Amino acid sequence: MAQGFFQLAIALAILLVVAPFLGKYMARVFMGQRTVLDPVASPLERLLFSTGGFSNQPSMTGGQYIRAILVSNLVMGILVFLIFMLQGVLPLNPTGLDAPNWDLALHTAISFVTNTNQQHYSGETTYTYFSQAGALGFLMFTSAATGIAVAIAFIRGLTGNALGNFYVDLTLSITRILLPISIVGAIALVIAGVPETFAGPAVAQTLEGATQYIARGPVAHFEIIKELGENGGGFFGINSAHPYENPNNFTNLLTNIIMLVIPAGLILTYGIMAGKPRQGWFIFGMVFVFYAALIAIAAVGEFQGNPLVNGILGEQAPNLEGKEVRFGWALTALWAVSTTGTMCGAVNGMHDSLMPPGGFATLSDMFLQIVWGGQGTGTAYLFVFLILTVFLTGLMVGRTPEFLSRKIEKREIVLASIILLAHPIAILIPGAITLAFPETLAGISNPGFHGISQVIYEYASAAANNGSGFEGLGDDTLWWNLSASFSLLVGRYIPIVALIYLADSMAQKQPVPETAGTLYTDSVLFTGVTAGTILILGALTFLPVLALGPIAEGFAIAKAAAGG
Amino acid sequence: MTSSTQHHHQPGGPREGRRHTPKVDMSGLYQRAFKEAFFKLDPRVMVKNPVMFVVWVGTIITVLLTFNPGLFGPVPDNPVLFNGLIAIILFLTIVFANFAEAVAEGRGKAQADALRSTKSETTARKILADGSTEEVYSTSLSRGDRIKVIAGDVIPADGEVLDGVASVDESAITGESAPVLKEAGSDVASSVTGGTKIISDELTLQVTADPGKGFIDRMIALVEGAERSKTPNEIALTVLLAVLTLVFLIVIATLPTPAAYIDSPVSVAILIALLVALIPTTIGGLLSAIGIAGMDRVAQFNVVATSGRAVEACGDINTLVLDKTGTITLGNRLAEEFIPLNGHSPDKVASVALAASIFDTTPEGKSIVRLAQQQGASLAFDQRTAEAVDFSARTRMSGTNLPDGGEIRKGAVDAIRGFVRSRGGHVPEGLDHAFEKVSRLGGTPLALCQNDDIYGVIYLKDIIKPGIHERFDQLRRMGVRTVMLTGDNRITAEVIAREAGVDDFVAEATPEDKIQVIQAEQAEGKLVAMTGDGTNDAPALAQANVGVAMNSGTQAAKEAANMVDLDSDPTKLIDLVTIGKQLLITRGALTTFSIANDIAKYFAIIPAMFAAAGIGALNIMGLNSPQSAVLSALIYNALIIPALIPLALKGVKFRPLTANQLLQRNMLIFGLGGVIAPFIAIKLIDLIVGSVGLA
Repeated sequence: MAQGFFQLAIALAILLVVAPFLGKYMARVFMGQRTVLDPVASPLERLLFSTGGFSNQPSMTGGQYIRAILVSNLVMGILVFLIFMLQGVLPLNPTGLDAPNWDLALHTAISFVTNTNQQHYSGETTYTYFSQAGALGFLMFTSAATGIAVAIAFIRGLTGNALGNFYVDLTLSITRILLPISIVGAIALVIAGVPETFAGPAVAQTLEGATQYIARGPVAHFEIIKELGENGGGFFGINSAHPYENPNNFTNLLTNIIMLVIPAGLILTYGIMAGKPRQGWFIFGMVFVFYAALIAIAAVGEFQGNPLVNGILGEQAPNLEGKEVRFGWALTALWAVSTTGTMCGAVNGMHDSLMPPGGFATLSDMFLQIVWGGQGTGTAYLFVFLILTVFLTGLMVGRTPEFLSRKIEKREIVLASIILLAHPIAILIPGAITLAFPETLAGISNPGFHGISQVIYEYASAAANNGSGFEGLGDDTLWWNLSASFSLLVGRYIPIVALIYLADSMAQKQPVPETAGTLYTDSVLFTGVTAGTILILGALTFLPVLALGPIAEGFAIAKAAAGG
Repeated sequence: MTSSTQHHHQPGGPREGRRHTPKVDMSGLYQRAFKEAFFKLDPRVMVKNPVMFVVWVGTIITVLLTFNPGLFGPVPDNPVLFNGLIAIILFLTIVFANFAEAVAEGRGKAQADALRSTKSETTARKILADGSTEEVYSTSLSRGDRIKVIAGDVIPADGEVLDGVASVDESAITGESAPVLKEAGSDVASSVTGGTKIISDELTLQVTADPGKGFIDRMIALVEGAERSKTPNEIALTVLLAVLTLVFLIVIATLPTPAAYIDSPVSVAILIALLVALIPTTIGGLLSAIGIAGMDRVAQFNVVATSGRAVEACGDINTLVLDKTGTITLGNRLAEEFIPLNGHSPDKVASVALAASIFDTTPEGKSIVRLAQQQGASLAFDQRTAEAVDFSARTRMSGTNLPDGGEIRKGAVDAIRGFVRSRGGHVPEGLDHAFEKVSRLGGTPLALCQNDDIYGVIYLKDIIKPGIHERFDQLRRMGVRTVMLTGDNRITAEVIAREAGVDDFVAEATPEDKIQVIQAEQAEGKLVAMTGDGTNDAPALAQANVGVAMNSGTQAAKEAANMVDLDSDPTKLIDLVTIGKQLLITRGALTTFSIANDIAKYFAIIPAMFAAAGIGALNIMGLNSPQSAVLSALIYNALIIPALIPLALKGVKFRPLTANQLLQRNMLIFGLGGVIAPFIAIKLIDLIVGSVGLA
């Protein structure tokens, strides 16, 4: 037990050291200050900008920024969809795979373009090396970069600056942040034993003399951007539980930290760019407390194990079902909370096999969307919650609520409300429809309360652009592919459009000077109030399904164990 | 503390005890409001409030479910009584909310009725083109008409005095019984208000308002809430409340299928109960009452606001631009002392001062005459043969031209110095010393000369209003900056500014400076409030975010302002700031309370709703039965509305604290209180519901 909690403490400590560095670095990148990468990156960027025809592009208006995001994402989505449909005739197809069903290809394309990487397939048997490395690997960079660009534009707008140019921000995100870290990280992974090859499956003779085909491929570079970009789509079906994706404790720790650093660092980037580093640290602290609490809930649940199993064993044993023994209960719980919190979605164990507290923690992560949150978008959602908190409680100090010296008025509330609304719409409505036809639509493997968790998890994962699966669902069906695509799109683009308009509208406001009558948002009190608002607005919306899913399941297991 | 001192000064909140409005008849208010609450059940009215409209629809459905429980499919047991109880409680929830609004409106209407009584149909003497007069009904008067009013008349419309001097009893609108002098061409006394009464002499007026657009009409419309449009914050809050309602609507609408999937079906009545419990009915039901009551409070302070927006803006004010005279110091400066210079005797100085002021009708001038006469001075010439030299902003002096050609002047020290030099005289050494001495006392020094000879300095004493320093301290704590404008010299202004505790001052200010100060503050993003009365204040009043004109001021000033103070008391601006803040605080506090309540309601209803799912352990309140839990939560939800009506109408008590202290305090009361209170209340209601055997 002590070992497990020690492992958790180490991981959190490393995060606390690394995030501020990256936060500061990202702030320098987007404020156009000198960084160590200038000698390498600047010529590359100049080349890209001039060939792309957008050197010296001026800052975009809100509408232009949104159009740029939507158009570029649409083009990339269509391109990738076509690659999937034509993969049978495209190169790098050593296993001779055909095109997948159109609905699966559509779902996969949308899922990767939205930075979700929800997978209704097993990579090694569905997509060719070309599709994986060329199409999916490409989207893993661009979708992550899109998220970062949105966050940066949002921060700029909030602080009264021009939003910037989407294409420039997208490029900088890749050349300055995603690519350099990926290159270093991929080399580290290769050294640690992750394969990187275009050769076909390895062929092995087993001791019994049977021939075994062991899938492999260009895994290492795929793996690092999968975590760094909060993508989460594994090269192999079982993702980071696969020994070729995540062979040992070193790679596990590295990839776990890597998936946290950008969203955690971006909070501090905000503080620096807004000239309010204190505020950045307060928000960081709040999220850290949420994060630690959810890890504790999940870890304690796994450590205590299943009371029914414990009853048979006659002693308390951690729940190791669906886990890689090399990671154990603690690191699987840490990973589960990290991957659902950051919207990475990679898994190093079966979430379906988590105890109800783990199911509760992972679902809560995706309902709240701010426990570090998705690449860029998570940081932006945090500020939407801050804005809503300022509005709800700010009136109580007797002034029109203001955030960062800008008044929160009807337009901002409408836009924040749209973001607030999109999430329950994208999760609860398709979830309710699916559960209305459990036989024909749901494909639930484990009926009862757990079945509700499975279905809700799938849509929450899609809507939050997380991508992890509770699994246990037969989800490669027309219904699941299309309904999840709906949640993916609603969960991604409606908030992004609203965020950019919100930033634009804040940017155009006349700032109000600070006085003693100004409510300071960088205080313990206000941060506590914000945490309360997040819990009330976020959790109350989903409390009924949580009650019917993991909470009811937890009580049912406890009752059965007590009765038996 | 005696009751009178309690009444006298109340630090922090708007001062009480200035409510002069005509006696308002509040009898029968609640009966009428109760009746009105039922009229407001009209769906066309209800739909304007999205939160309560959802409750309204829920009520209709539960009524149907009472008569036909199987409306949406077969249900176990026989829930007629239960559904009926839910329907009744929901109905009461709406009635309570409507009642809150009706009470607020009723109070406004009662006030409007009192005002309207002053506005009975009267006749007017309209002056025709040929100069003759004609009796017409006052309602037929329109802007630009000229009328004649004589002693005993009720003035039929708002107007500007063209000719004549008369005393007017304005007690109908100000409550002040002392009559006011009205005359043409004066900044402070040339406009009259319809409904007031002329008690001596006669006046010729030009009507300045069309029928129904006059002052009292505007005030009536305001307090009745007839023309109440929602303020910006209220609109934003309404949007948020509507969205929260929509979120919970989605949450509830998507519950039946998961519930059915685990064989724990939920009845529609209970779903509606949960929905109503979760949506912010408390603030939704009280929101408009809060707004109306805020306007009412302004009206009780004898201030006419042209819009709710202006009242709300008062809470956001960053800077108050205040005239020194009348606001910071008591209205008039009085001559205190003559300081002789150039070796002149005190008696001689007094007699020159008398001669200089004999035509000066300002209070200052009169006080100089009085002081000189007290010192035994008398005029050495026939007043009728002398010529008055009026004060002008350009020359900054006034005086008298004697029959023998002598020129006597008094005025700003600089101006007199220039005058004497231009006449070839020299400036005595003692002048600067006297100037400084008076200035350091916070007084105004006026130099006095005859031709090229400076006789002395008149010390005009300024008296800072008692208690003003504390009020400025409060404003500072609330983050409101005060800027004092004065025509005084720098030293005097500095002394007074320091003694009064204002943050900044502009000395030797001209009326044009006012608008410059406002624009400079606004350029920094600040909201500025100011008071004014003269015609040359009109541009500044229009430029300010909140401009409060004095009722005694000119028509131009009143039209440029967005509020008019009927008592003509410039300090009231400070009260308006607190009223504006109180309005916002009350809204925020009840919103926070309403949302915080949801936690307890969830813990009451969710375990009851999914009793079959085995989550009884969530019933941490230990409520009696599922039915009792649902009913108790709903009863709490309904009763909290009337329980909070007094708070909504009175407003949350305002304290002059910094924003962070206020948040801490109000969060503790309304946030934490909002979480805890319903747990206790629902448990108590459950005990009662259980003991009477309702469920």
